[in-house]
Amino acid sequence: MALLQISEPGQTPNPHERRIAVGIDLGTTHSLVASVRHGVAECLPDDQGRILLPSVVRYLEGGGRKVGFEAQAALASDAENTIASVKRFMGRGLKDVIGHARLPYRFVDHPGMLGIQTVHGEKSPVEVSADILATLRYRAEDTFGDDLFGAVITVPAYFDDAQRQATKDAAQLAGLNVLRLINEPTAAAIAYGLDNGSEGVYAIYDLGGGTFDISILRLTQGVFEVVATGGDSALGGDDYDHALSDWVLAQCGLQALTAADKAAVKVAARACKEALSATESIAFSADMTGTSVVFDVNISQFDEVTSGLTARTLAAVRKVLRDARLTVDDVKGVVMVGGSTRMPQIQREVAKFFGRAPLTNLNPDEVVALGAAIQANQLAGNNTSGDLLLLDVIPLSLGIETMGGLVERIVPRNETIPTAKAQDFTTYKDGQTALALHVVQGERDLVSDCRSLARFELRGIPPMAAGAARIRVTFTVDADGLLNVSAKEQISGVEARIDVKPSYGLGDDQIAKMLQESFTTADADMKTRALVEARVDGDRMLLATQSALAADADLLSGEELSEIDALMAAVTAARSLEDAAPIEAATQTLAKGTEAFAAMRMNRGIQKALAGKNIETV
Amino acid sequence: MNLQSSDFELFGIPSQFAQDRAAIDARWKDLQREAHPDKFAAQGAAAQRIAMQWSVRINEAYQRLKDPLKRAAYLCELNGAPVNAENNTAMPAVFLMQQMEWRESLDEAQTSDDLEAIGAQVAQARKETMQKCGLLLDVNHDFAGAVQQVRALMFIERFASDVDARLDQMDTAVRGQ
Repeated sequence: MALLQISEPGQTPNPHERRIAVGIDLGTTHSLVASVRHGVAECLPDDQGRILLPSVVRYLEGGGRKVGFEAQAALASDAENTIASVKRFMGRGLKDVIGHARLPYRFVDHPGMLGIQTVHGEKSPVEVSADILATLRYRAEDTFGDDLFGAVITVPAYFDDAQRQATKDAAQLAGLNVLRLINEPTAAAIAYGLDNGSEGVYAIYDLGGGTFDISILRLTQGVFEVVATGGDSALGGDDYDHALSDWVLAQCGLQALTAADKAAVKVAARACKEALSATESIAFSADMTGTSVVFDVNISQFDEVTSGLTARTLAAVRKVLRDARLTVDDVKGVVMVGGSTRMPQIQREVAKFFGRAPLTNLNPDEVVALGAAIQANQLAGNNTSGDLLLLDVIPLSLGIETMGGLVERIVPRNETIPTAKAQDFTTYKDGQTALALHVVQGERDLVSDCRSLARFELRGIPPMAAGAARIRVTFTVDADGLLNVSAKEQISGVEARIDVKPSYGLGDDQIAKMLQESFTTADADMKTRALVEARVDGDRMLLATQSALAADADLLSGEELSEIDALMAAVTAARSLEDAAPIEAATQTLAKGTEAFAAMRMNRGIQKALAGKNIETV
Repeated sequence: MNLQSSDFELFGIPSQFAQDRAAIDARWKDLQREAHPDKFAAQGAAAQRIAMQWSVRINEAYQRLKDPLKRAAYLCELNGAPVNAENNTAMPAVFLMQQMEWRESLDEAQTSDDLEAIGAQVAQARKETMQKCGLLLDVNHDFAGAVQQVRALMFIERFASDVDARLDQMDTAVRGQ
């Protein structure tokens, strides 16, 4: 195997080793997966040609689970074991979920995140989401006949740290290598190519089955800034179905009383609504107990009975523009997302509101996944000529509780990430040896109005006079918007330091346990999967090192180069073994052994950025 | 060039107060293109960790360089005259008198026109102080003198945000009617 490959700029070292990367839209009602193939982003269908996977998981008696359409079919018959809309529960405690009492689930309340009791025992929303993600992962692997290199997963722009962490944990549990979490509106903007030189303010109008989101993005120099987000978490296409069927039944003097009638009317309303996107008039027809309804509906009648709903979305748009201190004239374009934006009256009203036609030429169900796929392809290094740089901002401020229940803000909202911020705190009592820290997220001044993320204690501070200790608390937010907090006493020289992973997230051991459980219940044999994953990781590291050497091997002395060659050879040798542990060990050693090289390469990159500029400006 | 280099060295721009904001923005983007962790998503944990450090450092420098007040304070500190805003609030009597007058007129302001008028005064004072600060930093190299102006600017900024807050309140009240 050649360890040093020379490649032309813009080409990957080995075109046959193109890395398979996917974008996943993990939605409240539907989820889907897309990938860039032959230079174009496209959604991947299942073996029956269906692209949308209903975000529903059913846990079966005696083991096993169904995900998607089959689970959806059992929503009425096996309600408490069939989990729908799990996205609403991600990173949420029971008290955060409005209307949970009306849901058919057996909830278990935990601090941080709720659980749901099923025939498989208690399931965390993270595990349920992982089952959906794993289904999409297998779909992609079957499509390509190969393992995935990694995935970009989308989250709503307003998702806080707990919800983002939960999403990332779910992906990890599904065996996905998360290249990046990106905001759904940002993904939609990428799908429309707005990153290509478009500067200005854009509105992303996202009307799904059960939720409405409006986001205002500002694009400057390839930076996507989420300026403001808003919407209505209880307004979606389903409400249009209800409004239509209520009106039709009232016209006919009928009522749907039984569950079967309600279901039949719902299906009829949905079919009628969808037909009216393409035609002027259609019959609403449903078979009910003892009678059947056939009633002609034309488009203007439908518009009239649903106009109040459309007006509600526009009220939310007005509010979010006010929050952003913008007017409709500041908005340079409007992107439509979500299947419900196919309704002609929505497109017409949105166009009227903004004074410009919205962008609708991409499939509104697919646009978020397509954007995520483009970003995934870029991050996997398949598109080296690409120039897409997403500099996200943090959606909500992060801080620490201080005396009197007030929040000391440490990282302000809208700060570009990644970022690290430190603040010094001190002891307030003589001889105090521990300090309790409470990490919160939100814009309000009172701790009780913000979301609690984590509590931890710094212990082992040597006894000193009050106010003498200097405790530096550092917040680090990575490119995905995920937070890490550490605290360290500075003066004493005694190293008292703690790193926390905020409490809402799952600990690594918890994830390991869940992985183990899912392996034992899954069809795939656990050892085989661990081995496959170790090999994929090893290959990933080998590829990375090869391309690093191809670019910058001249930075290394002959001795350093042969050391790295030896470490690579060790990984290659371990790869052929039938045991995961030695492969993982060799991969680790290679990672450690190339750290210094990585640092040298970064220095060269920085110098290059400056040098290039200096020549230009001379 | 390393993580300890000054913001100005890192961005390859002269160590002075007068700056071209567009050039800072462009340089920030160039540097992030080289250093952002996304660029190393396919390259193992070690490379990502280093990228994270650099990317954080570049964002830190950018936040400081793009804001004239932070930039001025940073220049003073680099030249051995830290601002120490929290420990040192002593200001000339003339300046404090003017602040008190502003506060009084803000308390008495009734209409958004009143507030706009105060806002215009504040903006003018900010502009003049900024110019003085630039002169002291870039021409006279009087960093101790510049610290005084930076403190004045901090007072002015605080007051300006109070004026904005009152304008917000007034807007909300009008909308609510």
